[in-house]
Amino acid sequence: MRDRGIVFIMKNAVVSALLALVLFSLMIGIRTESGPSGQLTYWTRFGELAAAVGAVFVGSIIVETLKRWTGSIGPVELPETVRRAFAMLGRLLTPALLLFALLVPVIFYNQRYLLDLGILVLTYVMLGWGLNIVVGLAGLLDLGYVAFYAVGAYSYALLAQSGLPFPYFTEASPYIAINFLQPGPWAFWVLLPVSGLLAAFWGMLLGFPVLRLRGDYLAIVTLAFGEIIRLVILNWQELTGGPNGISGIPRPTVFGIPLTPGEDGFAALIGVPFSPTHRLVFLFYIILALALLTNWVTIRLRRLPIGRAWEAMREDEVACRALGINITTTKLSAFAIGAMFGGFAGAFFATRQGFISPESFTFQESALVLAIVVLGGMGSQLGVALAAIAMIGGFELFRGLDQFRMLVFGGVMVLLMIWRPRGLVSHRAPTVFLQKQTEIASSLVKEGRG
Amino acid sequence: MSAATTPLLAIRGLRAAYGKIEALKGIDLDIQAGEIVALIGANGAGKSTLMMTIFGRPRARAGEILFDGQNISSMPTHEVARLRIAQSPEGRRIFPRMTVRENLQMGADATPGSKAERAVSLERVLNLFPRLQERMEQRGGTLSGGEQQMLAIGRALMSRPRLLLLDEPSLGLAPLITRQIFSAIRTLNCEDRLTVLIVEQNANHALRLAHRGYVMVNGLITMSGDGMELLQRPEIRAAYLEGGRHA
Ligand SMILES: Nc1ncnc2c1ncn2[C@@H]1O[C@H](COP(=O)(O)OP(=O)(O)O)[C@@H](O)[C@H]1O
Ligand SMILES: [Mg+2]
Repeated sequence: MRDRGIVFIMKNAVVSALLALVLFSLMIGIRTESGPSGQLTYWTRFGELAAAVGAVFVGSIIVETLKRWTGSIGPVELPETVRRAFAMLGRLLTPALLLFALLVPVIFYNQRYLLDLGILVLTYVMLGWGLNIVVGLAGLLDLGYVAFYAVGAYSYALLAQSGLPFPYFTEASPYIAINFLQPGPWAFWVLLPVSGLLAAFWGMLLGFPVLRLRGDYLAIVTLAFGEIIRLVILNWQELTGGPNGISGIPRPTVFGIPLTPGEDGFAALIGVPFSPTHRLVFLFYIILALALLTNWVTIRLRRLPIGRAWEAMREDEVACRALGINITTTKLSAFAIGAMFGGFAGAFFATRQGFISPESFTFQESALVLAIVVLGGMGSQLGVALAAIAMIGGFELFRGLDQFRMLVFGGVMVLLMIWRPRGLVSHRAPTVFLQKQTEIASSLVKEGRG
Repeated sequence: MSAATTPLLAIRGLRAAYGKIEALKGIDLDIQAGEIVALIGANGAGKSTLMMTIFGRPRARAGEILFDGQNISSMPTHEVARLRIAQSPEGRRIFPRMTVRENLQMGADATPGSKAERAVSLERVLNLFPRLQERMEQRGGTLSGGEQQMLAIGRALMSRPRLLLLDEPSLGLAPLITRQIFSAIRTLNCEDRLTVLIVEQNANHALRLAHRGYVMVNGLITMSGDGMELLQRPEIRAAYLEGGRHA
């Protein structure tokens, strides 16, 4: 738009300022606190309110003027050569990243902090890839993914404490008795798949009631599901320890050999001096392997009819049905498989921390993982990995500025959604999408899809 | 096509409704194996509803839909499709972000068939619509309207259907493209003995192509007969040809 006159700019600024006034009048204009005897005390802060509204007014003028100079901000159209170069880089990026990931424990062997950060990033890469199956491929907006992370973590923690229950028939009585099999040093390796399966089971349970829901409604129900799981964990004291959580969760072993300083420890066995870093390196490789497994399975599934059906369902459910696709099983499988990887990640989280409590499974986690998927480009594996690195890495960078972290995070998200509305790597829709995309949309509308 | 043989699809007293609005008020319709049947009617007559009711959505309130003698009126949509009844729905509904190849694969995914059979179907589709061949790796949404319609029909053909339902395949297409598509349908009928029910507002093309035709008004069949014979009737010419002349 070239005809942004001064009148337009002023009008825009006034509207923004009015909006700010309405929003801020309660948020900033009135400060409430509980007084000494519990009563509500409040006082007004009209000065601050005026400053905030003024800032919005001036900011709006500046932004509009800038827009006038630079043209409207839209997705950046890159020239052909640059695009080629990016494509080349893109092809090299994946193997380079993989190689780097494999070498991280070697390069940063002496920097425990970085190793820890690497493990954290990889956990989110894995969660992102898992949720990507549900949101990116199948197009089911899931705001409660943390539930499956929690189910995985608690399944592992609880089963490691009690042992795996095995029902058997007794000769003496007509009842079924339950035997608990103590997996001992193999706990993590036995219970990892079990945790994943339990999470998948809960994924299906979530799937049934939301089969007919789409979009916003689906988002709300999944959000509630995530909260319900957390609240149940919080309140079922006898089983989960409630807010105190569960501690003393067994650490992973090198396939039966513990990573401890003792005689029968891994270090002694291979004849090197013990170091606590060994466990960190081992954890790093476990989560790397789990994340790569998630990625590999996703890539495989996408080439199979089930993966195609997920994507087709995201595009047009009605058309899918008419082609003989069973939407029920397609949806449930997406929920179940996505949840399974969330469960694996949860079990890993539990074994890594050695301690879990409901605090680790709040909605914020779901939001973070969803942000990674959206930022990564809904369906792009590489994009999700890059987004996880950027977000978790970014969070660590701003750790000192704790109170501004969310502000920066929000700002970056807004900017990215303006400049790259399809995410960092828009796999299915390369950079040419914008004009085409609107064309498609309008042509679909024109033809009346009903 | 003697009346003595049992029809491939027989619809008896079919009623369907959206909430309280009754869209089909007792439809009787027969399709013999190997026939092309045209269903014509004005906008809102209930043609698309009839096609969708065959596929179980909306569900039939009364009456029967017999496919090969089996009542399918209460079957879920995906099971109907697996009986090898295929459709090219109104508005095409191809998958815009998936490639032409993936769209075609989707057509074959749900129905059982060997790899070799799939390859044969694919070859047949590309043979009928060579323009798709050149665009196999292009995203469906970037195709022209005519190509999208070819893709929608091609996708339906990938399941090697016994009955093909086409909802307004000529909608919004240039005359040349419409002719190509109708000629492909004729070829399929002659060479592959494919049975086709074609829904059209454009009576001219459809009735010329079809062996028999039905006319639908407000959820009821008001006329039926031989395609060319229907086309000669003055009331049909008055009601359905003027609008269809451009297409
Ligand atoms: N999803 C729907 N919900 C409610 N009414 C519908 C719906 N689809 C179609 N109708 C109504 O059913 C009648 C028949 O529509 P339709 O079968 O689409 O007609 P046609 O395909 O012959 O143009 C119309 O009156 C239309 O308004
Ligand atoms: Mg219609």
